[in-house]
Amino acid sequence: MTDVTLVEAVNLALAREMANDDTVVVMGEDVATNGGVFRATVGLKERFGYKRVLDTPLAEALIAGTAIGMATQGLRPVAEFQFMGFIYAGMEQIVSHAARMRNRTRGRLSCPLVYRAPFGGGIHAPEHHSESTEALFAHIPGLRVVVPSSPQRAYGLLLAAIRDPDPVLFLEPKRIYRALTQTVEDDGEALPLDTCFTLREGDDVTLITWGALVQETLQAARELTGQGVSAEVIDVATLNPLDRETLICSVTKTGRAVIVHEACRSGGVGAEIAATLAEQAFLDLQAPIVRVTGFDTVMPYYRNEQAYLPGVADIIHAVEQVIAL
Amino acid sequence: MKDRYDFTVSSRGFLDDQGHPLNDLPALASDTERVLSAYRNMVLSRTLDNKTIALQRTGHCGTYPSVLGHEVIGTAIGQCLDPTDVLVPYYRDQAAQILRGVSLTEMLLYWGGDERGSAFEHCAEDLPVAVPIATQCCHAVGVASAFRIRNQHRVVACSVGDGATSKGDFLESLNLAGAWQLPVVFIIQNNQWAISTPRRLQSGSETMAQKAIGAGLPAVIVDGNDYFAISDALTRAITRARAGKGASVIEALTYRLGDHTTADDSTRYRDAEELKAAWAREGVKRTQSYLHQAGLWSATREQRLQADCKSRVDSAVAAYLKTPPEPPTAMIDSLFATLPPALQAQREQLARTQEKSGGDL
Repeated sequence: MTDVTLVEAVNLALAREMANDDTVVVMGEDVATNGGVFRATVGLKERFGYKRVLDTPLAEALIAGTAIGMATQGLRPVAEFQFMGFIYAGMEQIVSHAARMRNRTRGRLSCPLVYRAPFGGGIHAPEHHSESTEALFAHIPGLRVVVPSSPQRAYGLLLAAIRDPDPVLFLEPKRIYRALTQTVEDDGEALPLDTCFTLREGDDVTLITWGALVQETLQAARELTGQGVSAEVIDVATLNPLDRETLICSVTKTGRAVIVHEACRSGGVGAEIAATLAEQAFLDLQAPIVRVTGFDTVMPYYRNEQAYLPGVADIIHAVEQVIAL
Repeated sequence: MKDRYDFTVSSRGFLDDQGHPLNDLPALASDTERVLSAYRNMVLSRTLDNKTIALQRTGHCGTYPSVLGHEVIGTAIGQCLDPTDVLVPYYRDQAAQILRGVSLTEMLLYWGGDERGSAFEHCAEDLPVAVPIATQCCHAVGVASAFRIRNQHRVVACSVGDGATSKGDFLESLNLAGAWQLPVVFIIQNNQWAISTPRRLQSGSETMAQKAIGAGLPAVIVDGNDYFAISDALTRAITRARAGKGASVIEALTYRLGDHTTADDSTRYRDAEELKAAWAREGVKRTQSYLHQAGLWSATREQRLQADCKSRVDSAVAAYLKTPPEPPTAMIDSLFATLPPALQAQREQLARTQEKSGGDL
């Protein structure tokens, strides 16, 4: 049992599952000798050999598609996109093939693979390194989209993603890759996919979020206690398929919902959650559903990224609005 | 540094346009049963093709891309692969797929709008037809990588059209096949037309095969209507791949004798004279002429073959037409290995639709 960062937890889960299951292979740009630009795959090549830890040429469509071919042969590739901003060249492969293979062959072939990609802003990265475009992928039938928000959930959810018989896009919030540590027991225990995690129980408002912003949301909930507001905090964790039941139950109880995400607002996953709550919890709502999100604009370069990213004060302000009603 | 770097694209032909041997035939020509079954498969593929187009014209099949002009290449691919190899086809590989074990009914189901057409009862590891151009090349190198990782002496054959050679997925896959020495053979079935875009506008390169050179792969160009030339090139490339010596690229020249698909009208952009000239060189007739000259064929045998192909296609069509559509809930049931609770409500909604219509959708 050790205290580890989120990126170390990713590494632990990869090593654990590679040791458990020799069909698991890791591939991507700079993942083998260099151990990944964020060191998520460090030590794997030394331990499992070059045949299972593969440095690929610099070509994202190729990475996405090669993993599909491997997966149809019963391997379980874990393919890394170096940054989510470069995933788009591979998007055709993910959308048109990985997500559809089981369906279009009526189960004859499948894609038990994981695409990993660091995403989100807040680390003063260059252009194209800070976006949160998870909604583009959460819209795709047949593709699971999973976002861990702590070292423990990174470990447990990545194990679950690798073991899942269908494709998973595993988005790692790089702002908290090393921002916090947690005790992670490397016991090979997976966490459930398709399930929200209620991180804090409360009665007055439900705060719904995922990824790096779970930290700010929990902080806001703690500060709101001083104002006499009891906030429930839910980490959605799997953005597709969505655990609607947990969200609806919570909002039915609290009567108020604030959805917090880093991605821009329009067409975001928050919109899907808000629509679900409006359809199925409307009569229990005591105030309109409010979203605290990034702006509908291009992610600014880093001098202005803090102005773009939702913060604790924004979340508290939104809660004050819905409580006042 | 060297003063210059030289590369070659080799080419080898065996039959002239009329099916006369140009020089000594490769060893496989002495296997007369192989050559005869190749011809039978070409005719069967063409018979199915004609019938599928007729079904589309009469409202019994969806938009369909004709195999006309590709029967010889497909047949050679199907014959050269071992059953344990994997075919990664594009959408004019019907002749290869028949030999791989895809049933005629499955092919009709696929083009007739039914997902079960890719559920292949035989050849369980072959990939389904790839519709987005060139994307299958990446799958092919992925399958080949799996063979390498597991030390299996198996080979992947991957087909593309001439248009696909313009796409990144094709070039990226060749590049990986070269860097990793993968057991894969890419076959460019160059039929001169990508819908209305002619070969000369697709690329400024003299041959399409030479795109292999940038990836460090050997390149050959053959007449795709010369059964012996394509079979010989494939045999060499597959043997090389199986021996662990890496990938190859074969450009097989042919001509798209039909429209791009049943939704296309090639008279809008193509010269009738050019098409007529292509028919004079086409490979099924050429193979038949060769068989006649070799004393292996007769008018009676031809009649019997035509009747046999017609009967096989007719029974496949009958089986296809009497296959009821899947229940609508099937569209949800195969999405994930197990149905996520999130989809349960939508599945129930579909099931209700099904009930209301009395299963008569």
